[in-house]
Amino acid sequence: MSTPGDNGSGETARGDVLLEMKGLRLEGRVDEAWTEIVHGVDLTLHRGEVLGLIGESGAGKSTIGLAALGYARDGCRITGGQIFFDGIDLAAAPESVRRRLRGSRIAYVAQSAAAAFNPAHRLIDQCTEAPVRHGLMSYREAADAAQDLYGRLHLPEPRTIGFRYPHQVSGGQLQRAMVAMAMAAKPDLIIFDEPTTALDVTTQIEVMAAIKEIVEQFDTAAIYVTHDLAVVAQMADRIMVMRDGNLVEEGLTRALLDHPDEEYTRALIAVRQLRKEAEAPIAGQTPILQVEHVTAAYGDVPVLHDISFEVPRKRTVAIVGESGSGKSTAARVITGLLPPVSGRICYDGTELPANYRKRSRDQLRRIQMINQMPDTALNPKHHVRDVIGRPLSFYLGQQGTEKEERIRELLALIELEPDQYIDRLTTELSGGQKQRICIARALAADPDLIICDEVTSALDQLVGEGILRLLIRLQDEFGLSYMFITHDLATVRAIADEVVVMKDGEIVESGAKNEIFQPPHHEYTELLLSSVPEMDPDWLDRLLAKRGDEFRDRGI
Amino acid sequence: MAQIAKMVAQRMALGLFTLFVISLIIFLAVEFLPGDFAQAVLGQSATPQNVAAFRHELGLDQPAYIRYFTWLGDILHGDLGRSFASQRPIDTLIAGRVYNTLFLAAYAAIIAVPTALTFGILAALYRNSVFDRLVNIAALTAVSSPEFLAAYILIFIFAVHLGWFPPIARITEHTSFMDRLEILFLPAVTLTLVTMAHMMRMTRAAIINLMASPYIEMARLKGLRRGRIILRHALPNALAPIINVVAINLAYLIVGVVVVEVVFAYPGLGQLLVDSVSKRDMPVVQIACLIFAVTYILLNLLADIGSILSNPRLRHPK
Amino acid sequence: MKPIQTLRKTRKVFRTAPPTAWFGMTVILIVLIAGLFAPIVAPYGETEIVGAPGLTIGGHFLFGTDQIGRDILSRVIFGARNTVGIAFITTILAFSLGLVTGLLAAVLGRWADQLLSRIVDILMAIPSLIFALLILTMTGTSIVNMVLVIAVLESTRVYRLTRAVGMNVGVLDFVEVAKLRGEGLWWIIRHEMLPNIATPLAAEFGLRFCFVFLFISALSFLGLGIQPPTADWGSMVRENATLISFGLPTPLVPAAAIALLTVSVNFVVDWFLYQTSGLKD
Repeated sequence: MSTPGDNGSGETARGDVLLEMKGLRLEGRVDEAWTEIVHGVDLTLHRGEVLGLIGESGAGKSTIGLAALGYARDGCRITGGQIFFDGIDLAAAPESVRRRLRGSRIAYVAQSAAAAFNPAHRLIDQCTEAPVRHGLMSYREAADAAQDLYGRLHLPEPRTIGFRYPHQVSGGQLQRAMVAMAMAAKPDLIIFDEPTTALDVTTQIEVMAAIKEIVEQFDTAAIYVTHDLAVVAQMADRIMVMRDGNLVEEGLTRALLDHPDEEYTRALIAVRQLRKEAEAPIAGQTPILQVEHVTAAYGDVPVLHDISFEVPRKRTVAIVGESGSGKSTAARVITGLLPPVSGRICYDGTELPANYRKRSRDQLRRIQMINQMPDTALNPKHHVRDVIGRPLSFYLGQQGTEKEERIRELLALIELEPDQYIDRLTTELSGGQKQRICIARALAADPDLIICDEVTSALDQLVGEGILRLLIRLQDEFGLSYMFITHDLATVRAIADEVVVMKDGEIVESGAKNEIFQPPHHEYTELLLSSVPEMDPDWLDRLLAKRGDEFRDRGI
Repeated sequence: MAQIAKMVAQRMALGLFTLFVISLIIFLAVEFLPGDFAQAVLGQSATPQNVAAFRHELGLDQPAYIRYFTWLGDILHGDLGRSFASQRPIDTLIAGRVYNTLFLAAYAAIIAVPTALTFGILAALYRNSVFDRLVNIAALTAVSSPEFLAAYILIFIFAVHLGWFPPIARITEHTSFMDRLEILFLPAVTLTLVTMAHMMRMTRAAIINLMASPYIEMARLKGLRRGRIILRHALPNALAPIINVVAINLAYLIVGVVVVEVVFAYPGLGQLLVDSVSKRDMPVVQIACLIFAVTYILLNLLADIGSILSNPRLRHPK
Repeated sequence: MKPIQTLRKTRKVFRTAPPTAWFGMTVILIVLIAGLFAPIVAPYGETEIVGAPGLTIGGHFLFGTDQIGRDILSRVIFGARNTVGIAFITTILAFSLGLVTGLLAAVLGRWADQLLSRIVDILMAIPSLIFALLILTMTGTSIVNMVLVIAVLESTRVYRLTRAVGMNVGVLDFVEVAKLRGEGLWWIIRHEMLPNIATPLAAEFGLRFCFVFLFISALSFLGLGIQPPTADWGSMVRENATLISFGLPTPLVPAAAIALLTVSVNFVVDWFLYQTSGLKD
């Protein structure tokens, strides 16, 4: 049993070894061929201990988490090593043995609760199913236990919420219901697979707190899989850092964070430390973009209410908010995809036509946008040369050798070797590389303003940081202005000169970066700022103590 | 509850509207017949006065929209008009035939639906096994074959050479139920083969799609037995796609009936339709097409409403 | 990709083709040869009377003679030319019409989509066969009428597929990026959309051919399509149907030919889809 502020020092006080993986190997199938994706990993977990598995995409952490259940997804298979759960080798055991352990002694919490619950059955029926079918409890006992768990997890109306269907409860509530479902049979071990990744930052706190509490109350061992080191620092006693199917480093949480041995671990810790010096707007110049009293709606549904802000020349304005705040809609209004109900957009002092179809080619050229998902922003049938070349020929009339040379220049600017990449199909690139191509495409038009709509949200943290650095460098070199839309405050800290905070279609607060980040704040800004997990393992406990009962009763 | 009722009502209204438009199209088909209708019926020797009188009798001198509503009204009251070719009232012509066609269709459906669903579900669950591959190839072959191929093969083997069943489905109003079952066995099996193949492929695809859902994986991770996962988790969500598949294929059955009736010389609505088309007996064609159209539209309507009703998100709104 | 890589990839693709695909391609090739070179390949003329009627299979005449004494084999070969040829032309018509209307609906959206989709809904509201019978009663049964009617009716399916696939691609970000750049409609269709919908459309062409072919055969079988004495597989079944009661499998020959070709095209299309989408199903 650990107490707040005591992460790790009580190692020998932990129970005996519950789970031990030795030389675990897994293969995944890509296009008919099997390749190894986990290369001989060792893992030890004691009773009551929480182990964090952290890594970027492709690290194999989810696959290892599932292997702890003796399970491999379709297209994966366990090819070597041993998985000892309480003495039973899951890798060698027959399926019937594994099946009996799942749901009763080892449980799983998935990333998306909405997908993991069957839409045709009530919550309570799905939560009681495992213990009842494994013969551990009667239905009545299981239902009572489930309702008790709902209460412990601070769900509203714990006695009756179970009678609802999955689509009738909110995301954060559903995630906690899934934790209750995993806890139902009082398992020895729970695998948490990125349980808060899909949630808003404010909801994330509640779910994290609920998980931490319940795991302590029942002294359950847990493996917490995530890509976010700050999150896992709050939850785990020990951390294992994974990369490309290999273990990079492991250690007790506090020790690892304070004294990392490996370069990679250091990079992961540092990922949120990137900071740019905020600069004030250049005196006497008209802002490159002015949004004046814009109100916008999708059909009858109002989305933006009288918002106004400016983007000064050669500066970055970060628009920050959670989902539903209207920040992406603002981008659509500015680019002319969604004509506003009222208000106007001025570019360099001149009003722009509300609908993009009515804008001149030059007006369109000067404002470029980069989207969140590089996979869908690039045509899979096009080569890199075509993607970057088109704006050159379309806007600047470049042809032949002039165009070819410029494409190479741009590739070099985005740090991709021209010879290697110019003939590639866009599908052959990684996420980070695709996003760089999108940046090159935007640059090719020689714009003044680039709107970045959550450009790093879909990327791994280290890769995303590379993109941010690139963008900062390009701004210095070419005097670009950025409107940077994000939900992530660490990104705002990294890149912004000025900040605009949005909530429910309105601007809640705006100003220079340093002002926004210092108190006094608007209540919502305060909430956002405090909800961003920090690398300090005690952060969550402190926050919960501070927020106290006010937070408990919210039951969102 | 209100939302689901509203959706069902909307769908029914749409169905009704479609029926209306189709009936209009069917009616208008007459308008485009080359030559004069009345003249065609009475023949070349008729005098202009006779033709005029006949036209007046049939109400042909009235504007189109009045004739349309009269026609529609008559049908709804049971007066289906007269055949060009035989001058007999159409309702006596088709009454027995409609029953015959429905009988044959039902016979085929009762065999086809359970078999196809079973095979489809099994093939999906045992994906890529030998069973699955064989079933797939068989189904693909059946789907690609014209109905008359299966019909003649069956006749060749079972009727002509083995003599177990009659090669022609000759029945009258007096044929007994048991005799009908025997006489109609080959036609029913023919119909079954092609419809079953379609249904089986669609069911298989729907179940495969379903089994890839995340909540199915979650059920596995809870350590549930395979049987329970299929029965409790997959099937309740499979209702919607399966109802859709069945209704669509029943609608398809209606079409297959036409060819089968011709092959077996079975006195059903389909055979009458084909004969009337050759003779260009428009009133009969119109009524027969209308009946087929109504059945088809109704079945599609049932498919849509079934999908709506079996969607758990709509049954239990927020 | 460089030419040598394309060649290597193509060879690999053919080597890994399953037996069903090989079977399909072989049959299609045979039918193509028969159709294109019918007068050379067929032993006798299309309407030539060569022997006693109702001779059985496997005698002097490979598939026997029909009910008035013509050589079945020759008529099957000429039928390949007639039936398959007409089916192919009809498919091209149907496909073109469906493609253009589907793209218009997907790209122009709103009123174009509403209007076209309503029309297509009406056309698809009743079974094609019934609709065809209705129209053919009106216009009379000639080959031209049949081709036009079937082309319009089948184009509705192509419309729906093109529209669905087009809309799926149309909502992807890179299309919006092109629109925002100021690209014209035609450029977007040609450069952004078509390369991404070529595959499902190619498969659909194959499938459409199968359905059109079966449709024409069915109509001809019912006596409402291609008329005698033209050799056509569907009407050959009809002509020779009576022979079956004498224990002769003669009508099965053209019927089997129809099935064989359709199955073959289906096998090839299945394999094509499997290759291009990597769907392990």
